[in-house]
Amino acid sequence: MGDALYRLTAAAKRYGDKEACFIESLEISKGEVLGVMGPSGAGKSTLLRLLAFLEPPTSGVVSFLGFNADVASRPPLEVRRKVTMVFPAPLLFNGTAWDNVAYGLRLRGIKAEEVERRVRAVLDNVGLLPIARVQAATLSSGEARRVALARSFVIEPEVLLLDEPTANLDPYNVALVEGLLSRINREHGTTVVLVTHSVFQARRLAHRMTLLLDGRIVEVGKTEQVFTAPRDARTAAFFGGEMVY
Amino acid sequence: MQEIGSGLLQALRLIFTGDAVVGEIVLLSLQVSGIALVLSTLAGVPFGSWLALSRFSGRRFVIALVYTGMGFPPVVIGLLVYLVLSQSGPLAFLHWLFTPTAMIAAQVIMAFPLVAGFTMAAVLGVNQSLRQQALSLGATQRQATLAILREARLGVIVSIVAGFGGIISEVGAAMMVGGNIEGSTRVLTTAIVLETRKGNFDLAIALGIILLAVMFLANAAMLRLQGRALD
Repeated sequence: MGDALYRLTAAAKRYGDKEACFIESLEISKGEVLGVMGPSGAGKSTLLRLLAFLEPPTSGVVSFLGFNADVASRPPLEVRRKVTMVFPAPLLFNGTAWDNVAYGLRLRGIKAEEVERRVRAVLDNVGLLPIARVQAATLSSGEARRVALARSFVIEPEVLLLDEPTANLDPYNVALVEGLLSRINREHGTTVVLVTHSVFQARRLAHRMTLLLDGRIVEVGKTEQVFTAPRDARTAAFFGGEMVY
Repeated sequence: MQEIGSGLLQALRLIFTGDAVVGEIVLLSLQVSGIALVLSTLAGVPFGSWLALSRFSGRRFVIALVYTGMGFPPVVIGLLVYLVLSQSGPLAFLHWLFTPTAMIAAQVIMAFPLVAGFTMAAVLGVNQSLRQQALSLGATQRQATLAILREARLGVIVSIVAGFGGIISEVGAAMMVGGNIEGSTRVLTTAIVLETRKGNFDLAIALGIILLAVMFLANAAMLRLQGRALD
């Protein structure tokens, strides 16, 4: 962990009258794995979309590598390309598993030999090389999810934003994906923001945790501290399963 | 019944002997409708995609206009183009009336809403989160739009087929603004009407078979373009 990569200041996102998210202040350090938890509709996915620059904040600022994203401006393409997001659904394009994984590299104009080498390596890592030429539409949900993850991994982004990356996966695939995430974070220093509903996964992967309730951060701190000695009573209630929402 | 039988035989003879009159009519039909389709596609596909992906006030009104255009009677389009290009019309100085150019203009007006409307529906049918996914993988806005269009290609191709079907087989506008002049503006549909009226059923049937064959070949070519998306 090191310098602040992201700095969010009074960053709000509203849809009509509804405020989906308001982050008074949040810093995300380079190389850390930040776990984001909270009930459904708490604003977790909205936070990821702000971090991915897919949507501008309605007010406030999302600062990344010295570039500010606000209601009127967002970072240039080469900066945005340092961040990639994996959605809760695999969202694969028509074409083969290989085509999907190669997509981001081709967008960047990377040479065919380099694309070939990197796609092959990442598909091998996620155990999908034997089905590289299979049409994406025919993949099982587990395979499709791994293709979606491989598609992001292959870009080697500085920041990986993951929205429930192991939802509906069997234990083998969960272990596989978590192992890959840990390795990418450890070996490449990739910053990971992980939205998850699994307390166990958060404890296994996250260096720090934050809990969102009603679009606002209730607590942020080191993972063990948040789980074992939360500062806010609502955090204890949420993880204790006592919170009704 | 006998008339139909002998007409069919005559028709096949005309087709397979490469009759010059038939050839000329087919060529002009393909030229007029081909150019009109290319122009409609070049304008309609981007416009339909834009309508699907953009949000602006009055969008619903524009969509309603496009949908109305999709069902616009060709004869009314013919009438409008005729009035605009006629001696007293605002574009009389172009001298397009009773030329293939006037027919192309009318067919573009006919095919454009079909191509744009079906393209819009196809693009709207694509999961819009795919666009966000493409952007988050580093696509520019243009690259993300192309990704969506690729996903919608089945529907986009259908839109082009629908546009072609609409214009190659229409007769009202072609007759009104083309005038069915032999060697100049006589196309398959107008020739079929004329030859039927004259009692030349063999030629009319031959032209009808060719029209059906052209439609079939156009659809077969489009199916080939759709490729694996249909599997």
